Amino acid sequence: MREAVLEAKDLRVWYATETDPVRAVDGVTLDIRPGETLGLVGESGCGKSTLGRALLGLTPDSAGVSGQVLYDGRDLTEVTPKEMRELRGPELGLIFQEPMTRLNPLISVEKHFFETLKAHEPGLSKDEMRVRSLEALAGMGIPPTRFGQFPHEFSGGMRQRIMIALTLVLEPKVVVADEPTTALDVIVEAQILGILADLRKNFDAALLLITHNLGIVAEACDRVAVMYAGRIVEDGEARQVFSKPAHPYTRELLRSIISLQTKGLNYIPGAPPDLVDPPPGCRFHPRCPDAMKVCAEKFPIPITTADGQRVECWLHGPESEIPEGGTEQLAREEIATAEEA
Amino acid sequence: MRTPRILKPFAQATGMPRTLLYSGVIIVLFFVILAIFAPWIAPYGFDQVSADGVRFPKQGAPDSAHLFGTTVQSTDVLSRVVWGSRTAIEVVVLALIFSLTIGVPLGLISGYVGGKLDRTLVLIMDALFAFPYLLLAIVIAFLLSDKLGQGVVTAALAITAVYIPQYYRVVRNHVISVREESYVEAARALGAKRMTIIRRYVLQNVIQNVPAIATLNAADAILTLAALGFLGYGIQPTEAAEWGYDLNRAIDDAGAGIWWTGLWPGLAIVLLVTGFTLVGEGLNDVLNPVIRARRLRKPKMDEAEVEAEEEPSHA
Amino acid sequence: MSSESENPLLQVRDLRATYSVRGSFFDRLRGREAGSVKAVDGASFDVRRGEVLGVVGESGSGKTTLGRTLLGLVEASGGSIVFDGQEIAGLSESLFRTLRKRLQIVFQDPHASLNPAMTIGTAVSDPLRFHGLAEDKEAVVAKVEAALERVGLAPAAQFMSKYPGDLSGGQKQRVVLARAIILEPDVLIADEPISMLDMSVRAKILELMLELKDELDLTYVYITHDLATAKFFCDRIAIMYLGRIVEQGPAEEIYRDPKHPYTQALLRAIPNPDPTSTVPRDLPRGEVPDAVQPPLGCNFHPRCPKAFEVCGWESRDLRALLEARWTKLSEAEFEEERAMVGGLEGLDVAATEAVLEPGTEGTPEDAGNMLGRLKAQDPDDPFWKGVEKTSTEEDGAHVRFHKPVEPRSLEVGGAIVECHLHDPEAIEAAERLRAGAGSADGQDDPV
Repeated sequence: MREAVLEAKDLRVWYATETDPVRAVDGVTLDIRPGETLGLVGESGCGKSTLGRALLGLTPDSAGVSGQVLYDGRDLTEVTPKEMRELRGPELGLIFQEPMTRLNPLISVEKHFFETLKAHEPGLSKDEMRVRSLEALAGMGIPPTRFGQFPHEFSGGMRQRIMIALTLVLEPKVVVADEPTTALDVIVEAQILGILADLRKNFDAALLLITHNLGIVAEACDRVAVMYAGRIVEDGEARQVFSKPAHPYTRELLRSIISLQTKGLNYIPGAPPDLVDPPPGCRFHPRCPDAMKVCAEKFPIPITTADGQRVECWLHGPESEIPEGGTEQLAREEIATAEEA
Repeated sequence: MRTPRILKPFAQATGMPRTLLYSGVIIVLFFVILAIFAPWIAPYGFDQVSADGVRFPKQGAPDSAHLFGTTVQSTDVLSRVVWGSRTAIEVVVLALIFSLTIGVPLGLISGYVGGKLDRTLVLIMDALFAFPYLLLAIVIAFLLSDKLGQGVVTAALAITAVYIPQYYRVVRNHVISVREESYVEAARALGAKRMTIIRRYVLQNVIQNVPAIATLNAADAILTLAALGFLGYGIQPTEAAEWGYDLNRAIDDAGAGIWWTGLWPGLAIVLLVTGFTLVGEGLNDVLNPVIRARRLRKPKMDEAEVEAEEEPSHA
Repeated sequence: MSSESENPLLQVRDLRATYSVRGSFFDRLRGREAGSVKAVDGASFDVRRGEVLGVVGESGSGKTTLGRTLLGLVEASGGSIVFDGQEIAGLSESLFRTLRKRLQIVFQDPHASLNPAMTIGTAVSDPLRFHGLAEDKEAVVAKVEAALERVGLAPAAQFMSKYPGDLSGGQKQRVVLARAIILEPDVLIADEPISMLDMSVRAKILELMLELKDELDLTYVYITHDLATAKFFCDRIAIMYLGRIVEQGPAEEIYRDPKHPYTQALLRAIPNPDPTSTVPRDLPRGEVPDAVQPPLGCNFHPRCPKAFEVCGWESRDLRALLEARWTKLSEAEFEEERAMVGGLEGLDVAATEAVLEPGTEGTPEDAGNMLGRLKAQDPDDPFWKGVEKTSTEEDGAHVRFHKPVEPRSLEVGGAIVECHLHDPEAIEAAERLRAGAGSADGQDDPV
């Protein structure tokens, strides 16, 4: 297995509120390897986007950050804002959901590329910049004839391609894509996912794909990390996780997908917890069909299953840590719709 | 019980905005009390120049009979300041009522209906807005003085004319964005009439901005009123006591070392304006989520680590 | 399917809705003409009582406009809508207002559909007020509570005084549904009711909608981009593309045997939550074209892998093909080829005869050569089927396309399909063209 290119260790990001902080990311340990696509999934409000941004050092000033994000021997939570700016782009790239908000409507695509390249690789000649830009655009299926056009002259899907090309032209080692296709139509979505899949093969870049769509993860990712209430509850090979989910949350999430094969409707009762005051013990226990007594009392200990998934769930032990009678089914009050999503 | 929405800002305010808001409210309340109870608080009438057949001294220094001294016209300064606060509050309240009842509906209809009506109104309001506000107030006061005399109502109307465009613009712009909201279309889809939509769906969401602007405008209105009085276009001295007018009369005194005729009305203006401004800024801070977010402090993270270590072990 | 004798509850024929577009700020700055968009361009379908019709399409397909037109929120510019025997297209706003007791709509974003300054109780009772049914205060409260409990918000009293901001997305959508059913409508138009919700909640809301349908005898028009939920939810499906219904029929039939190439593509593109599947590669090229200037002939032909002679090939397709080729070339190769031809703007206006101008230093022959290279690259591209004749003239290389034929709606094996592939006349016409090209003066150019 190759060595991780980016590694988070016990990362926490807490947002300030007027009362207690929101623990959006609360003790995440995660790594991404070169050439790998890691899918990050979970319901909204589980801290996916915050984690993605925190990995690139993009947290608001009012947020508290602790733990480590290791990249190239450096801890990104420690580096100065200036160093971070220099890293972002040539080393770490970010692709957003809404491309139009990130493109300046007043300047042409050409200028977007030239300015990006000038800022990070000042030595390039104009011709070199042009060749590089056109290559990146061609990779995304944007014809060179449209290089001089303005963002508004492109369709939504094209803009997203341009944004991706603009990120990739600097050849970053790690790319975080936050719901890059959510705003797009299915066919265009599939086109772009195809391009992203090629990308890791051709560039050897590590890609963190944040999405709520498990279908996309199944098709485009090598590995998947499932996030719930600020924690990574399961992390493993995509095939493995999909065929034998270790965490009940993963299993229920997979069951709630409505696909062409769906015969009956399934859903997870309740809603993700308030991250200001998450439930004690395992954060999923109030919604978990398999919850045991121990789950409501003790925080689960990360454990690696026989199939290779790293999971935070008492169902997988370690048994030595479970107190007497802890494996008894937890008597749960019926979760009323009143508390549901 | 849920806090009524109108009082929410007060309940939600914390830290600096809370201090601003509360000190502002105290100052304004002080003047409101003066205004309401002026006949009991003021030792004399606003234009009273004698008591028990004895004429007051002219430009008399403060003493036990006249705590703030007397003016060149022999009136009691303290009484004029107290009665002046009644004038100020009356004018501000009237001006606010007038400009709200005209500016807000105009903005609502103009923004919601759009089209030619909107364009025409925008043009008129922009023209009014572009006019130097004091000049505008003077012109209105002058025009109205024939019919209404130079009293509180005239002054209030003159000030109203200055502020209508502000309310109109704020409300109209907000309506234009609210109009596109799904819930407005949803109301239409449910079968609501246009006026019902404006009243129940648009107005409710637009009105939230108004208190902050209204209090800030109130501060401005005090200054405009004083300026009108100072320039002699405001309330006639025979109608009511007015701080601006008193300041004007005190100019000559200042050179002669008679400080009390100018100091007290001047101080009253400064205080009341400050009071309204504090309330306005406080409301603005509390109601504006961007400003609120900026004020947040970083959570303490060391606490987190402690908890993380402990958590798995406590049973 | 129900018997022929029963009249459909909604009968829509050749419905049209046109928007005039102002053009973007930049367009206006540069003096570009504003145009009009045929958001709905001749839609015909029936919805029977108690049925769920799924209207499926991508953004820009006109599905949302179609839903709003049924309710009179968007004015129909043509065609007819017969609702329970009454023609309602073109009714005045005030007549529509009373009709909205019976026709309701649920929008995509539950958060935006609720007035943030209004309590849930007021929001749900407001429709009664609008229709003068709120005389008796106690009866209103009882009705609101019943509606809230029916959508699963129990105990209702707990929700009455809450504001939308206090509720989760799923709960808000429940409130929106309660508000829609309180008037006891016949038809509920649901415009992407679950697409803004989390995966884990979607099934819950769909289930609720199915329950409501059975309990209240509702008829649904379910507007969505998601063929997977539509498969589960709908009795009949209508697939829309650029304002036209390209295929409609019983859901089973559509999923078992999709006939229109667009439907086939949509079905293939749905991400499959099976890790052994990979991203599909054989998808239609490009994106939904600009609705202001839709393609000639069949709207889908520029992206269709199965398009042939009569599908409406035209000048813009030539430009797209050139650009697609250039995207694959290196920068130097592109510069060389780019110099062979002149400006491409001439190709942007839809025409059945395209002129590929030579570059400033090139000759008409260069432009002709460019065409040759283009054909040599992939002679099997459907584009070349549409070319009737190429010739080199003084002003450049001319490409004449076959005459476009508008696709017709035809019944094919239980479904109604608008595609030349299923139209014997179109196929025959194409065969004649092929035969003609083989014998007569097809090409006079060594392409």
